Amino acid sequence: MKTFIASSPHVARVNRVDRIMLQVLLALIPGVLAMTWYFGWGLLINMGLAIVFALLAESAVLLARGRSPLPAIGDLSAVVTAVLFAISVPPILPWWLTLLGILFAIVLVKQLYGGMGYNPFNPAMAAYVFLLVSYPVAMTNWLTPSMLAEHHLSFMESLRIILDGSLPQGLTWDAITSATPLDEMRGKLDQNLTLDQIRQSPLWGNFGGRGWEWIAAWFLLGGLYLLWRRIITWHIPVSMLASLLVCATLFWTLDPQTHPFPAFHLFSGAAILGAFFIATDPVTASTTQRGQIIFGATIGVLVYVIRTWGGYPDAVAFAVLLMNIAAPMIDHYTQPRVFGHGGKGI
Amino acid sequence: MAVAQASITDRRLWTFHGGIHIPDEKALSNAAAIESIALPRRLLVPLQQHIGAPARLIATVGEQVLKAQMIAEPTGLVSSPIHAPSSGTLVAVENHPVPHPSGLTAPCAVIETDGSDSWAELPPPLTDYPQLDPERIRERIRWAGVVGMGGASFPTSVKLSPGTERQIHTLIINGAECEPYISCDDRLMRERAGHVLEGVRIMHHLLEVKQVLIGIEDNKPEAIEAMRLALTETDMRAYTEIVPIPTLYPSGGEKQLIRILTGKEVPTKGIPAQVGIVCQNVGTAAAVADAVLEGRPLVSRVVTVTGRAIANPRNLQVPIGTPAEDLIAHCGGYRETPARLICGGPMMGFTLRTAATPVTKAANCILALTAEESPDPGPALACIRCGRCAQACPASLLPQQMYWYARAKDLDRIQDYNLFDCIECGCCAQVCPSHIPLVQYYRFAKTEIWSREQEKRKSEQARARHAAKQARLERQEQERQAKLRKQKEAMAAKAPADPDKVGQQKAAIEAAKQRVAAKRAAATDEPS
Repeated sequence: MKTFIASSPHVARVNRVDRIMLQVLLALIPGVLAMTWYFGWGLLINMGLAIVFALLAESAVLLARGRSPLPAIGDLSAVVTAVLFAISVPPILPWWLTLLGILFAIVLVKQLYGGMGYNPFNPAMAAYVFLLVSYPVAMTNWLTPSMLAEHHLSFMESLRIILDGSLPQGLTWDAITSATPLDEMRGKLDQNLTLDQIRQSPLWGNFGGRGWEWIAAWFLLGGLYLLWRRIITWHIPVSMLASLLVCATLFWTLDPQTHPFPAFHLFSGAAILGAFFIATDPVTASTTQRGQIIFGATIGVLVYVIRTWGGYPDAVAFAVLLMNIAAPMIDHYTQPRVFGHGGKGI
Repeated sequence: MAVAQASITDRRLWTFHGGIHIPDEKALSNAAAIESIALPRRLLVPLQQHIGAPARLIATVGEQVLKAQMIAEPTGLVSSPIHAPSSGTLVAVENHPVPHPSGLTAPCAVIETDGSDSWAELPPPLTDYPQLDPERIRERIRWAGVVGMGGASFPTSVKLSPGTERQIHTLIINGAECEPYISCDDRLMRERAGHVLEGVRIMHHLLEVKQVLIGIEDNKPEAIEAMRLALTETDMRAYTEIVPIPTLYPSGGEKQLIRILTGKEVPTKGIPAQVGIVCQNVGTAAAVADAVLEGRPLVSRVVTVTGRAIANPRNLQVPIGTPAEDLIAHCGGYRETPARLICGGPMMGFTLRTAATPVTKAANCILALTAEESPDPGPALACIRCGRCAQACPASLLPQQMYWYARAKDLDRIQDYNLFDCIECGCCAQVCPSHIPLVQYYRFAKTEIWSREQEKRKSEQARARHAAKQARLERQEQERQAKLRKQKEAMAAKAPADPDKVGQQKAAIEAAKQRVAAKRAAATDEPS
């Protein structure tokens, strides 16, 4: 009788990469639906394009490397990158910018470093930053949230804007786009308006930007799901949000008229999304528990610093990329005490 | 079991980092009482079944041997004898596959049993052991070939004589049996609790410890209850406690169990004795009782035969050397073709190449898993650095970093990450979403390091030999030179013995010089 010769353990493994990625995608659904609700079909069109581009790009590179593309496509990591990218960019981004961004993310940032598991930078965030510095106008062309918009773009209208950049009859860009809450806050603060004056605008909701606050809340729900399913641990999201909150609260208490209220920082930009879905990307984050707390907390501080004194209104992508560089060093200096090496037990 | 639950003491327990919860699968076999099997026709008794120096064969091929007759004797302090597990003819000593991860063959004594199972004359029982010289009891345990039966198979008598420089205060009896599927220790405790405790009592006497803690995972309430009940019938209650511990793999690891029960960590590269503790398995305790109280050597053990590929999973009392296929046949054979045949548990056991492999003193389980229970994990994917391995590691290692360095064959860096603190429990590989056979990488790295160290030792020896040779040659050369010098000096000392002769020579040379000078002067004076 022939039996299988193999290394222990011999029972079914409990985790699988593709199942983990699938859980991440599931957890993104509430936030994505909320975004679609407030910003229209453009997001889903972009997302579809991004996924197709990502899978094609991944396959092309793997074929060029003489490997079968099937396992890599099956692990769903390229899909997660594409979805996160589509969530981060404006919903009416021209298709060729999506293509450019995805090529940058998959080919340069991911595959040229060796593919899945080897990339030092978060591909979606690197692509976002690449487009933001190269095409700042297109990348800040955000739509007005639906409850404030005069015109709701239909699916076909969104598709035409994305594919050939033509607006529906009688509409101007100004009519359908508006500043993001973070942009609005920065611009108004630069004009030396007080917070009370700034908050007169209909752009503000109960605890963040109108619409944006609920998108963040739905992403928070997805993040809690990931925690519950133990796809991620609390270390990075909690430390990142806590440090952001501490910074924001500190400056807000010093002067509540020139510094935005703490909830603004959590619920107006990509803080929640970043904390649960982007900073937690295992490949590019710190892996030790203490390291993850340092990693997350520093991202939180950097987000506050860049938002408040930096050149760009939102900072999650920059902060995450900066800390991606630091992750290996953080890991090196935060190794846990190994069993039997000193400590109180001995 | 309500009784067991109710009587859990408030003893403080500690925890270790990580560990995993896996289906324990004990129900397949733990209801089956220990039963004996029909005497196998042929026994393949490996001559090395312990850690340490191999035993030396003392029986001759062709000899009629009796059950419990010593056929191989220990060859050093850390060594252990082998006894014939049944009576019959020693027909050969030849290489056969033995339970070993590499599928290695090793010398085995092949005994054709005669079916009478007649015993050799046994040494007298030492029932009065508390009055005897402890050395005599240790010698008995050593004679009986008792080794650690939890898997490590370290000679027990050595562990029971921990020297005088360290005070041993606690004896821990390992009844955790944390590996899934295995139920032999569970059955042993349920059915022979008193016997186990007798062994514990002997070990307590030898070590003169203050307390004995018997750790049992709480998924074995019947064993806990049986042990508690048996304990009430002994005089050991003052110093012995049965301690249920939470079921969490690998709580039965020696270092983990010590940590759980005492809060102490065995230092890296150290042994439990360094923290005043000795740890023994329940099966070992029973074997010690056999040896001391009945004069019986270790010739059989309880083996769990289980897995869903086995028709009727059982716990069997098996003569050492019985081929695994005999055990499987006793359990009704295979229900379906097993995907893997394993010696030991599913987490740390190793696959057997052939069912003809014999049972040894350390073999606690023969596990035949179906393809459904043990699916092929498929090709390993790239590590996504998720850190689940580090969360699961009971030694608080960073398995992922060790994996990178093992892959890169960076043997220095992997030791910086404390490779040798890895107990190969398999938790990391079990939770790895990329299905990387992590433990295999660590075993590889350890073996590489060992062989490199061996190479280094060898080359150091060669260098020392070379240096010695150089020194010898140099010394010989010096000696030769010294000899020559001596000869010269001796000659020189002989020659100038007559000072007049030297004076005459000098005068002659002087005279010759003058003659030459005169000639030259004459030549230049001559005008041309």
